[in-house]
This record gives sequence, C-alpha cells and structure tokens, in this order.
Amino acid sequence: MRFGLVVNPVAGLGGRVGLKGSDGAAVQEKARALGATPRASERAALALSELRSRLGGDELTVLTAAGAMGADAVAAAGLVPDVRYEPGDPTTPADTVRAATALAPQVDLLLFAGGDGTARDVLDAVGLTVPVLGVPTGVKMHSAVFGATPRAAGEAAALMAAGGVRLREAEVMDLDEDAVRTGRVSARLYGHLRVPDIPVRVQQRKMGSSITDPSAVSGIAAELAARQGPSGLLVLGPGGTTRAIAAALGADVPVMGVNVLTGDRRVAAADVSAAELEALVRASPAWIAVTPIGGQGFLLGRGNQQISPAVLRAVGRDRFVVVATEAKLASLGGRPLLVDTGDEDLDHELRGYLPVLTGHGKFAMYPVR
Amino acid sequence: MKTDHSPVTPADAKIAPKPPLRRFHQASWDEPLLFEMTSPGERGVLVPEPDVPLDDTLPAALRRAEPPALPELSQPQVLRHYLRLSQENLGVDFNIDVGQGTCTMKYSPKVNDQFIRDPRIADLHPLQDERTVQGVLEIIYRLEGLLREISGMDRFSLQPGAGSAAIYTNVSMIRAYFAARGEAEQRDEIITTIFSHPSNAACAKTAGFKVITLYPDADGYPDIEALKQAVGPRTAALLITNPEDTGLFNPRIEEFVRIVHEAGGLCAYDQANANGILGITRARDAGFDLCHFNLHKTFSTPHACGGPAAGASGVTEALAPYLPTPTVEFDGTRYYLDDDRPESVGKIRPFYGVVPNLVRAYAWIMSLGGAGLREAAEIAVLNNNYLMKKVLEIRGASAPYAPGRPRIEQVRYSWEKLAEETGVHSEDLGLRAADFGTHYWTSHHPFVVPEPMTLEPTESYSKADLDEYAAILAEVAREAYEDPETVRTAPHRSTVHRAREDVQDDPATWSVTWRAYRRKILGA
Repeated sequence: MRFGLVVNPVAGLGGRVGLKGSDGAAVQEKARALGATPRASERAALALSELRSRLGGDELTVLTAAGAMGADAVAAAGLVPDVRYEPGDPTTPADTVRAATALAPQVDLLLFAGGDGTARDVLDAVGLTVPVLGVPTGVKMHSAVFGATPRAAGEAAALMAAGGVRLREAEVMDLDEDAVRTGRVSARLYGHLRVPDIPVRVQQRKMGSSITDPSAVSGIAAELAARQGPSGLLVLGPGGTTRAIAAALGADVPVMGVNVLTGDRRVAAADVSAAELEALVRASPAWIAVTPIGGQGFLLGRGNQQISPAVLRAVGRDRFVVVATEAKLASLGGRPLLVDTGDEDLDHELRGYLPVLTGHGKFAMYPVR
Repeated sequence: MKTDHSPVTPADAKIAPKPPLRRFHQASWDEPLLFEMTSPGERGVLVPEPDVPLDDTLPAALRRAEPPALPELSQPQVLRHYLRLSQENLGVDFNIDVGQGTCTMKYSPKVNDQFIRDPRIADLHPLQDERTVQGVLEIIYRLEGLLREISGMDRFSLQPGAGSAAIYTNVSMIRAYFAARGEAEQRDEIITTIFSHPSNAACAKTAGFKVITLYPDADGYPDIEALKQAVGPRTAALLITNPEDTGLFNPRIEEFVRIVHEAGGLCAYDQANANGILGITRARDAGFDLCHFNLHKTFSTPHACGGPAAGASGVTEALAPYLPTPTVEFDGTRYYLDDDRPESVGKIRPFYGVVPNLVRAYAWIMSLGGAGLREAAEIAVLNNNYLMKKVLEIRGASAPYAPGRPRIEQVRYSWEKLAEETGVHSEDLGLRAADFGTHYWTSHHPFVVPEPMTLEPTESYSKADLDEYAAILAEVAREAYEDPETVRTAPHRSTVHRAREDVQDDPATWSVTWRAYRRKILGA
C-alpha cells in the first residue's frame, strides 16, 4: 500500500480570524496580518502519526511534495518523505493540482490536507482515478470527503491498508466565499471523489451501518419502483445514496447531476438542466427522490438546483420523496434537513416535518428548516 | 520431593486484601468444534438394536438412506469439551455485569432454580389432563394477577417465549382489534422512536406494518411535533419505551398517548425497561392500551443464553378477546385452560409458555412483595445515578442530552471526546475492560449517540461493585490517553483477541451451523 500526501499550507488560515475562508492571496495576507498562523502541516502530521501508530511502520515512505506542501508533515510524523514535486513560492492552487496529478499514478491512497477549495483542486487533478481522503484543516468543509478529525483520517488510511474497506463516491461541495462574507450562502456541487466508506459517527466494522447500507438501499429502491409504476418517471437527485438506488434498480447513471429513469429502468435523461427537467415532468407523471448531503443536511438548493421550484411545483409535494438510510440520518447529529430553493414560499411549504424513506416500509418523521 | 514443615506464621495466614483492580485471565483451550473432534467408530451411547424389524414400523419415506453425519465421541470427551467452553467465558454470574445496558442484568436467585428442578414442575408434561396440573395452573393464574396489579392492565398472556414474542403478540392483537372494526387495511402504520427497544420496529415490520420512526429533540426526548405530523387515519399504534435507552423518562408521555388516541390509534408500552419504575408508575395509569414485560429482565429469570426467556403481554378489557389461546382461568374451585376464544390471535408458541420461567418470576415477586418491588426499583435508580456521577468524572466521557437531569435505570454515555483526542473507540474500551474481568455494550444501530456505551446497574450491585466498575473504566480511559495501542489491541487475556465482525455481518460468510460453516468457510 503506497500513500501520497498533498498539504495546502495556507488552508484554514482565515478561519480563526473570522474570514470565512482562505481563498486568494489577498485574504491570506489579511489573515496573516490579523495574527493567523498556518496549522495545516501540523494537522496533517497528526493524521500521519495515527497512521504510523496503527501500521507500526517506522520505515513507511510517503510520496509527497516538498516542504510545507507535505514533506515537513511526513518528517514531523517520523516517516520518510519521498518528494515527487517541487512547488513554487508562495504556493498556489495550481501547485495542489500539479502535485496531486504527479502523485496519483504512484499511490493507492492520496491524502490531502485542506478544506473545500483544496478538495476542488484535487478533484480537478485526479477525479475518480485514485482513492483519496481529506485531512480536515480548512475553514469550509461542506464536502463529504474528510475524516471527522485528523486522527480519524489517519485511522481510515490504516484501515484501508488492512484491506476489506469499500470505497464510495462522496460529494465535493464549495461555497462562494465572497457571497458568504456579504451574508449570502451559496454552495455548489463540483463533483465526486472516491473515499473509503468508513462513516465516522457510526461503528467502524459494522457493514450494516454504512451510509449506503445495501439492504436499506435495496428496500428504498423497491419502494420507489412500486410508486413509480411502469409508466412513470423517477427523478434522482445527485448523491451516493441515489446512485446506489439507481444501481439497485439496475440502471447506471452518471456521477454528476440529476438523472431521470423510466419505469423499465432505462436512463431517460442524464445530467438534465432545470428547463429539460421541467419539460419532462410536465409531459409524464413523475416522482422525485432526493437525499440530504451527509453530515450537513442540505436537501434542496445545494448541488441540485436543477430540481427547481418550478419542477417541484409541477410534480407536487406528495411525489417528492426524501430518501436516506438511518445511518445517514444519525450522521446529522440531530441537525434538521435544510431547504433553500430560492423560492421562499416553497421553502416555507417544505419546512416542518417530512417522512424520510429509510428502507422498505420504513420512514423517519424528520424536521426540515 | 522436599516438603516444607516450617510453622505457619501469622503473616502467612493473613488474608490478602481485595485488589484495587482484578486482573482477569480467561482460560484458553483453543477448543475445536465437536464435529472436528470426531473419531470414527467411537461412541458415547450404544443404542440397543430394535426388537422389531424397522421395515414394518417406519414408512420408507421416513427412513434415512444413510446415517446422519453426527460427531462420534465418548461421553467424557463431550463433558470435557463443554466444561472447557464454559471456562472461556465472561458470564453474568462471573462479573460485575452492569455493562449490558438495556438488558437489565440482575441476579437470578439460585433458590428459584431449585423450584423448577422439583419433579412437581420438572416432570410435568404439557399434554397432561388439567385436573392433574392444578398447582402449576394456579401459579400461572396468580402470576397474571401480580402483573395486572403491577401494570394496571386487565388481562395478560404469559405464552410469549421472549420480549420480542410479546411485542409481536401485541402487534397481532392490534391488527385483530382493527380488523374487527373493518379498519385493518386503512390502519397500516405503526409509530415508534429511534431510542425505543428496536424490537418494536422489527416486530411491526414482521407483522406487515409500515414503520414511522421519531428522532429525539434537542433534549433527547422523542420529538412530539414529529408525532403530531406522523399520526392520522393510517395510524394503528404507537409502540414506545419509557424511559428510553437514554435513561430519560419522557414527562409528556400522557400527551403522546392522547395524540395517538385522538387519531384513533392504540398505544403499546414497551416495558422492557421497567426496572426503574416498578411500583412507581403503571402503563394503564398513563393511558396505554397494551404493554409487555420481559420476565428475564425485570423479573429476574435467566436471559435467553441461560435457557429460554419469557415475555408477558398485557391488555385492557377492550383488547382481551384477542389474547393468545388458551388463557388460564379459575371458576372458584378449579383452574382450567380456556380454548374457546373465537376472536383470539391464536397461538404465539406451543402450549402455555415457558413454564419454568413463570415459576421463577412468581417466586421472585413473592419473595420481594409489593414494597420490595418498589425498593428494588429505587435502588436500581440510585445505583444508576451514583454510577453516572462516577463515570462523568472520567476524562473523555459524557452523557448526551438533558445535562444535569437524573436518569432512571440506565444511561447511554458517549466517549466522543476521548475518541477525538486519542483515536481509541468506545468498542476498544469495552474490549479492554475484559482484561479486568468485565465488559460493556455500545448501542443498537445506528449510533445516534456517537461512540456509545450503555450501562444499567440494577439493584443487584453493591456500592463496592459500582466503585470497582467505575475504577476499571477510569483505568481503561487513562490507558487510552497514555498508551492507546494497548487499548486498541485489547483484549489481551481472552481466548479470542478480536472477533472478525465483518465476517459475522456478511450473509456470504456468517455461519451459525456446522453445515453453513462447511459450505461458506471451508468450501466443502
């Protein structure tokens, strides 16, 4: 098992001084002026220390970039850095992309230390070609690709080395930092990375507790198919759960976007726009299934804006189905589901409680805010 | 051989003080399966040849073409095998068993086992004429009367073979009740909560109902606003535990019952967790229509691993016609079995229940009396809150929800902080506790409380026991901070160090019979 590490040295710089993020040289300069010190390398070293203690490998070599982009953290954890990329000074997002591109073909797991912005750079560089895992060091971490803590990331890497860990596709999300600084929240789904399927809030070795628990997913798929019937359309929002549902129904849908299945399990339309979707659901009876973003709870308005207010109104609330396994609901830690469709009246109608389909004939009555 | 004849000194004779922490070491025999120990031709019993030709007595279809593939062993080999296995154990009578939270591990008085070994119980046959079993029928009848008084319900069936069987009985009666009103098809939903006994959701599903689960609000109580949204013309019943697995008693339980009743549904009180409320609150007084007890939890009979369990299903008069058949009745002079119950849901298990456990439970209740039951509950609650105080003093431990509020009979703790700071998980801590002669259980799935630990110290444990248990947890937590590797690789002094749970969780590999093991693991 070969490990790679890319550290974004400035990730998290803006967080402690209240800057809502660290994207861009101007913000980083301001953060330093406010007294921020980089902690990304230190946290990456914590993850590697955990990995080292679990594997018991003093001689373990980690492929990485020079200096603060990885080698420092590897050495600090008592492991041997094998430098494969020399970044510029200061480092930029382009260095993250180039380092990840250089390391990906050489490693079995690429660890990266950063936040959502770093995850986007890694996504641009490697896509689904190599398993990755984020060491959380950023300010914004809405993506589902991070370990809960640096130690948890190190532990997940060690479990992968031990074998038998499944991979899942997890969402890479990012907020528009400028918008957040002016009080607006606007997030986008940028794509998926392949990460080890080790939900941190549930027990490690229990396969039955996975967020994509196969028996729960096949039960949800059967329920949806029964409602859809032979002539209806099934609109599936993005996400690992809905992709697993499509697979359980025998359909292979693209990773990205909103996809539409026919009653006989064909892909009627892939990665549709809001306008295309509206035309489809006005032409045929349709059901919409969406799943909240794990650990965060956004149901509408983050990464699935194609399911627009017009689409939702055309389909009707009774045919709008929220799906999630019980383990995924537990991962929300008591937080409600969130809606932000851009249509305040519709948001108001959706708020309150919705029955979340959790398995065959199983629902949770769950709050929506 | 040299023998030491020097005189015994007072120092030698002094009894060693109780150690602060016991170092437990399990026997390790590396014992094979009986099937693997087989020695062809060896016999434990020589069965006499039949006096009559078998061809004349057994139809061909009932005769084996070849002998069954049974292990061939002598009696002493079999005896040694089971004695060795019994040593590779951490049983209820062997440790301070407060860690099996939700299971109400209390002392099962051994004197009660003597009653059931008495030939007047042990030699009974369920097909005997009822005139010859008046004594045991009287015990069953009286036990029903005691449970009626404890719960406030009008009638009980003692036929179910366990708690889940009792819940299934209750769900079956709920369906029969609505079928009699022509509402069975309409009322196809059962509501429960994520911190209730999971058998409620499982039994409702098994009986064909849809299940709606309520999640906790910020204080840890089931979300009453979610209940209001969930009830309606499809609601058959609410199946709920109180206190829930958090140990929090829901103070709005009467409101829950009222909301469901107003929607036309029934309410069933899962009293698997009744140990802290005996003699203090009653299901009927909170408005419930049905309830059930696990006699192996609250009423001291052994849990299923010590023999079959027993459950008790209680109902109000309105639901009594649907109780399993037969019921045990008394006409003023004799006890009899009533099979003439046309609206009954039928049989839940053969005959009239796990009679030895009914005898044990009856003996236990009679030995305590009414005041004694209440005192048992009060001690259980005191023990729990004493232990909670000690556990919360340990670095990295917490009790989520309702801070500062006392709990009833158990607490679901969290080691989330410890896990974040050390990388050691709750499951690892529980396994390390085995090296000190005890253990604990985490939680049902999914883990709503992260890194969970569920402790339930019943009235059976002394203050010294609880101090010892808390000291073990404190030591294990200290090790997690100072020497995490030792905890992560525990247990070190048990027969099996780490079980492969992934193998047990996967239908492709789990094997609970020799035949399945041969097929799935050995590939034979």
